[in-house]
Amino acid sequence: MNLSVDLCGKLLKNPVLTASGTFGSGIEYSEFVDLSKLGAVVTKGVSYEPWKGNKVPRICETKSGMLNAIGLQNPGVEVFCKRDLPFLVEKKATIVVNVCGKSEEDYCRVVERLRDEPVDMLEINVSCPNVKEGGIAFGQDPSCLSHITEKVKKISKQPVIMKLSPNVANIVEMAKAAKKGGADGVSLINTLTGMSIDIDRQCFSLANKTGGLSGPCIFPIALRMVYEVSQNVDIPILAMGGAESYREVVAFLLAGARAVSIGTANFYNPTVTMEIIEDLKKYMIRHNIEDINNIIGKVKEI
Amino acid sequence: MSKVKLVAKVVSQKEIAKDIFDLVIYAKEIANMALPGQFVNLYTNDKSKLMPRPISICDINKDNGSLRLVYRRGNEITGTHELSMLKEGEEVTVMGSLGRGFPVEKAENKLVYLVGGGIGIPPMLYTGREINGKVKSFLGYGDFTFLIEDMKEVGEVKVATISGCEGYKGNCVELLKQKEKPELVFACGPKPMLKALVDYCNDNDIECYVSLEEKMACGIGACLGCVCQSKEVDHHSNVKNKRVCCDGPVFSSKEVEL
Repeated sequence: MNLSVDLCGKLLKNPVLTASGTFGSGIEYSEFVDLSKLGAVVTKGVSYEPWKGNKVPRICETKSGMLNAIGLQNPGVEVFCKRDLPFLVEKKATIVVNVCGKSEEDYCRVVERLRDEPVDMLEINVSCPNVKEGGIAFGQDPSCLSHITEKVKKISKQPVIMKLSPNVANIVEMAKAAKKGGADGVSLINTLTGMSIDIDRQCFSLANKTGGLSGPCIFPIALRMVYEVSQNVDIPILAMGGAESYREVVAFLLAGARAVSIGTANFYNPTVTMEIIEDLKKYMIRHNIEDINNIIGKVKEI
Repeated sequence: MSKVKLVAKVVSQKEIAKDIFDLVIYAKEIANMALPGQFVNLYTNDKSKLMPRPISICDINKDNGSLRLVYRRGNEITGTHELSMLKEGEEVTVMGSLGRGFPVEKAENKLVYLVGGGIGIPPMLYTGREINGKVKSFLGYGDFTFLIEDMKEVGEVKVATISGCEGYKGNCVELLKQKEKPELVFACGPKPMLKALVDYCNDNDIECYVSLEEKMACGIGACLGCVCQSKEVDHHSNVKNKRVCCDGPVFSSKEVEL
């Protein structure tokens, strides 16, 4: 049985990754998960300087989902390289570093810093809805997206995946723009901008007013977007958005994704990624699938 | 492994005051390792509520491996509302023990004040039991009281109620200020109470530890949802933020800004 998939020229053990921002830099979950067994660990967004993030409350539960407005808090790329990367290397994880920035230069400085580090791939976050300059401008305008992709690609030694925002009118245009800029792949979807109001206190639930919606409630939207992009753009897709079991992973693969990141589900089930890998194998046995690649993009009309 | 997730059997549950529930569960592995001031994550069965509910550990019975959790029930859409309906013999998924608790070893042979406000009182019980010093508790309530008899098991208890229905009329920090100065303070309660207490302790050079509360998602330090402000740049975050779930919930008053 073969579970390994090729993502942007890198062979992953299996198509199950962690979604940026939901897995720290792997350290916190290493108590529950053997990091070397994951397709890859996608780290929390890393910027050049340390970022303090937003005010609390940053978290709010919603029906079958949650809103977050963390604001990309992170210790900066230096601390990341000195503390978090060596840990991931020691744990034999395949490493995808999520990169965030406030300007093109900002992104490029992080990418430059990571050039000679033991990093397998980069995921460029041009779609954080919670930081004013958190890249969302790059993620909502096709020409800006092409431009920043081009700049990053010029510097990067590793394959580059652009993480797209679902908060756009046409996701296909955005994926085309990333491809035009030279992206090796696209990640979709980031969180959907949402809001919650506490009616007893008559105030916003989050200090930031709005937050990014994630969790099982967004899965159908993510699946539709993955399918649209896979049908219209020839570029590898890393899918994410509400996957909490092997079922969503299989659906994403059938819709055309090469691999799937598990996000919010880590919060309520720290061992979920390991369970999904095991359940994927059982699914393959049940359906007589020798190679997981045989189902990628193979969804049929009813 | 210092954290385990298991399915626990409910020993008992009762409402000990209006919307205050007293839940006892068998969770031997957690009971064996839990420390005073730590918390556990309880999971609801309603799958539309994804996140675990962080609840402080009120008491531990190491002999039979049970945990006592005293919590406030929210309105009918909350997870605690569902938890409040758990009956003897039913099961609940729990993960723990989580967080950094009170440094009870510092209390040895000292005069220690335990200060609890409202639903911040429960964690003070097991904390009091583990203290090897002279314990005095100052408990603050609104218009009804609970856990007073339990708290008497760990030392003298002073009660303050805002309504004046029992004990001193006013808040427990005002009451505490009228007494002799302690050498160490452990506290849990609403932010304004903690703030007044920390100001008093700082002015009088009293060592003080406070247990903070914040909305959490993962409970293990990964999501950065539950941060509080630290006075200095934190070694982990590299900014002036600490994670309530794993760097806390208990912090020295000298580490954090309230």
